Amino acid sequence: MSDTTALKKSETREPLFHIAKRADIVWWKAWLIRLAALAASLIVCAALARALGGIAPLAFFRSMISGAFGTKRRIWKLFYELAILLSISLAVTPAFKMRFWNIGAEGQALIGGLATAACMYYFGGKIPTPLLFVVMIAASILAGMIWAVIPAVFKAFWNTNETLFTLMMNYVAIQLVTFMINFWVTSGSGTLPPMSEYALPTIGSNAWILNIIVIAVLTVAVYIYLRFSKHGYELSVVGESENTALYVGINVKKVIIRTMLLSGALCGVTGLLLVGGTDHTISASTVGGRGFTAIMVSWLGRFNPIFMVLTSFLLAFLGAGANQISNDYKMNGSISDIITAVILFFVIGCEFFIQYRIVLCKNGKEGK
Amino acid sequence: MARPAIELRGITKTFGRIVANQNVDLSVNYGEILSILGENGSGKTTLMNMISGIYFPDAGQILINGKEAVIRSPKDAFSYGIGMIHQHFKLVDVFSAAENIVLGHEEKRFNKKTIAAEVKEICDRYGFEVDPDKKIYEMSVSEKQTVEIIKVLYRGADILILDEPTAVLTPQETDKLFAVLRRMRDAGKAVIIITHKLHEVLSLSDRVTVLRKGRYIGTVKTAETDETALTEMMVGKKVSLNIERNDPKGSEKRLEVKDLSCFDREGAQILRDIGFTVNGGEILGIAGIAGSGQRELLEAIAGLQKYQQGEILYYDPRTGETESLKDKTPLQIRELGVRLSFVPEDRLGMGLVGNMDIVDNMMLRSYRGGKSAFLDRKKPKNLADEIIEELEVSTPGVHTQVRKLSGGNVQKVLVGREIAAAPTVFMAAYPVRGLDINSSYMIYNLLNRQKESGVAVIFVGEDLDVLIELCDRILVIGSGQITGLVDARHTTKEEIGLLMTRSVVSPAPSTPATVSEKEGDPQ
Repeated sequence: MSDTTALKKSETREPLFHIAKRADIVWWKAWLIRLAALAASLIVCAALARALGGIAPLAFFRSMISGAFGTKRRIWKLFYELAILLSISLAVTPAFKMRFWNIGAEGQALIGGLATAACMYYFGGKIPTPLLFVVMIAASILAGMIWAVIPAVFKAFWNTNETLFTLMMNYVAIQLVTFMINFWVTSGSGTLPPMSEYALPTIGSNAWILNIIVIAVLTVAVYIYLRFSKHGYELSVVGESENTALYVGINVKKVIIRTMLLSGALCGVTGLLLVGGTDHTISASTVGGRGFTAIMVSWLGRFNPIFMVLTSFLLAFLGAGANQISNDYKMNGSISDIITAVILFFVIGCEFFIQYRIVLCKNGKEGK
Repeated sequence: MARPAIELRGITKTFGRIVANQNVDLSVNYGEILSILGENGSGKTTLMNMISGIYFPDAGQILINGKEAVIRSPKDAFSYGIGMIHQHFKLVDVFSAAENIVLGHEEKRFNKKTIAAEVKEICDRYGFEVDPDKKIYEMSVSEKQTVEIIKVLYRGADILILDEPTAVLTPQETDKLFAVLRRMRDAGKAVIIITHKLHEVLSLSDRVTVLRKGRYIGTVKTAETDETALTEMMVGKKVSLNIERNDPKGSEKRLEVKDLSCFDREGAQILRDIGFTVNGGEILGIAGIAGSGQRELLEAIAGLQKYQQGEILYYDPRTGETESLKDKTPLQIRELGVRLSFVPEDRLGMGLVGNMDIVDNMMLRSYRGGKSAFLDRKKPKNLADEIIEELEVSTPGVHTQVRKLSGGNVQKVLVGREIAAAPTVFMAAYPVRGLDINSSYMIYNLLNRQKESGVAVIFVGEDLDVLIELCDRILVIGSGQITGLVDARHTTKEEIGLLMTRSVVSPAPSTPATVSEKEGDPQ
């Protein structure tokens, strides 16, 4: 290091910054980054709303919060939306932990709903109501399981691509629902009138509470299944490395099929709650895309049912708030999509800053 | 004459909490071979990746030909005349050697004749042997490496970096490579070779730079040092380099492989007529060029690889009965009462689950026990505590994800778990790959202890010196066939090296296990 004088600091260009991986970050710092991202996203949303619709920032936030928490009804509705979304997310999570990309939850839930509706349509009034409930529960669960196990069997034995397969099953389910409605409804209205007399019992003041309670119990059950049961352990091993699973003698085919049966059954329960619990009828949009949103909930919640409660809450809140804004200001539904997208962009994007940090290069300091 | 080609000053690179390089200085001159010596994880490759533009240093300077250089991409590195030959070759399999050599070289149009002439000229100058029209997939590992080196020279590199070039070569191929490297040095190139093998350093390089845990320890002239001194620099303390070896205990048959043949999905033969026995209380070494069928052989024994012909027999030491392991899954093999432990080559992809903590990895083998539908994490936790203490695993705790541990500690966790199963047959594939010297010796000791307690040990290794020192007998495999079985006490590296590359032309005899039980030294 004697000839430092020969050092020429000349034509060489330095990069402005580079990216370095972070050490394990302390949890509160990570949450600080997440909160900052949320705050930043809200500011951008407010600015956007101002630019596009001339909405004052404060009014924007007021509208959003009132959409979610404005009235008692809205609060119940928020928690109901949270619960239904969480329920489908719980269903896809065991499959995702196994790295089986089940994007067919939409169809699995819908077919569960269809089975419920069919039971109500055919057996309603003909068999005692308690027995009807048992049949509805069994039929919806069974339907969801069938819809999920078909791609699982193909995956296990012939290694077909489960993503495409489950996706296609969605369309089959949607078409089947449309067909059945046309088959049942001859009046030409194209909608099945609610069969409220055969609906599941309500608890308390509204039809949402039953759903919320059932899903709360399921959340805990799925958490325990994944964390403490031998089945849950096996499916994590299969997901992490199929080679390891084979090496320790796990029957991979069996685990794939068993896990998808569970995933489908949980979707079926969601369909039951949607049709038997709240809607009392069915249409092709009964599940309403929640089967896809659930994928995001599950990922954002890192496949942990407890975290997923938080991510479902975030998405349900965004949905309610953004809707209120488009209502209050007579803008079309796109504004709510834009707001949701901006917020999710920030919330998901901030994970990058939790994993990495950006180091600025200081000119001249390099040689030290 | 000593014109510096590259000089590094105070190079630092961190990945999160891991300091890969801290304040490293280094210089290499034209017409010189410099070895960079250090244990796995000492930051050799990271350092070289910064010179070749793959990483960018956090701090420090790189000087090339005395001028400060900023290398942001492999392309920048090329423009400075730096060429790196990576451990994993970066060649297009379906292209010929010549096509690979000119690939990505934009200035010239692809003209077969002129390229062939240029390639030939480079080959003649340095003594390479390569057929420019041969496709990469038809080539042996050493030929592929030759293509990589020519590629770099063709682009006009004056500074060559080779990352562990001998890891995949036989002793004979290594000698050839070294001759070529010496010729390059004499032609005025600067050559840097990354290695952790001491005898290579001593026989090849002019100077050695030693790194330890990312830090620069020192640079010495090869002529003025020896193995012990270099080891001390590398490890930081004195280490004895002898592996103990006792005579095998007893000689009852434990495992017998008979005429084993197996084919892969495309119908290519992976193993042909493999036959041998392993006795309780001995260590049987398996030597061979990487990918000669060692993995498939062990996996066949473990019940993971289906085989079309032949049989594997297990002689139960407790009951005296003989069990056939053919067509059995790993679970069925265990249910037969065969206590077979297996440390696979791919530790985190097969032996362990990287994203799970140590406790959950402990119960991979045993979680099924008991009738409960729920897991019992108490026993695995105790086992984890025991292994951490006995094998000196350095970890923040039992609930640390295994992938966050260093290579040596990962291996200790795996070996510890497999030993805890009280095996009667213990198989280990490349168990010391990527381990530092201390951990390696701990693994050798563990294998020896297994042998002493009467276990039949099968050890697939790549370092012939270790195989010769540790094993009782060594089985040599070449392209899926047994090419020799030698007594480790009376063999040499050269003999094994020759057997490794020997192809059995005539159909293998029906009892290949008895091939050449050599005695004496042929050299």
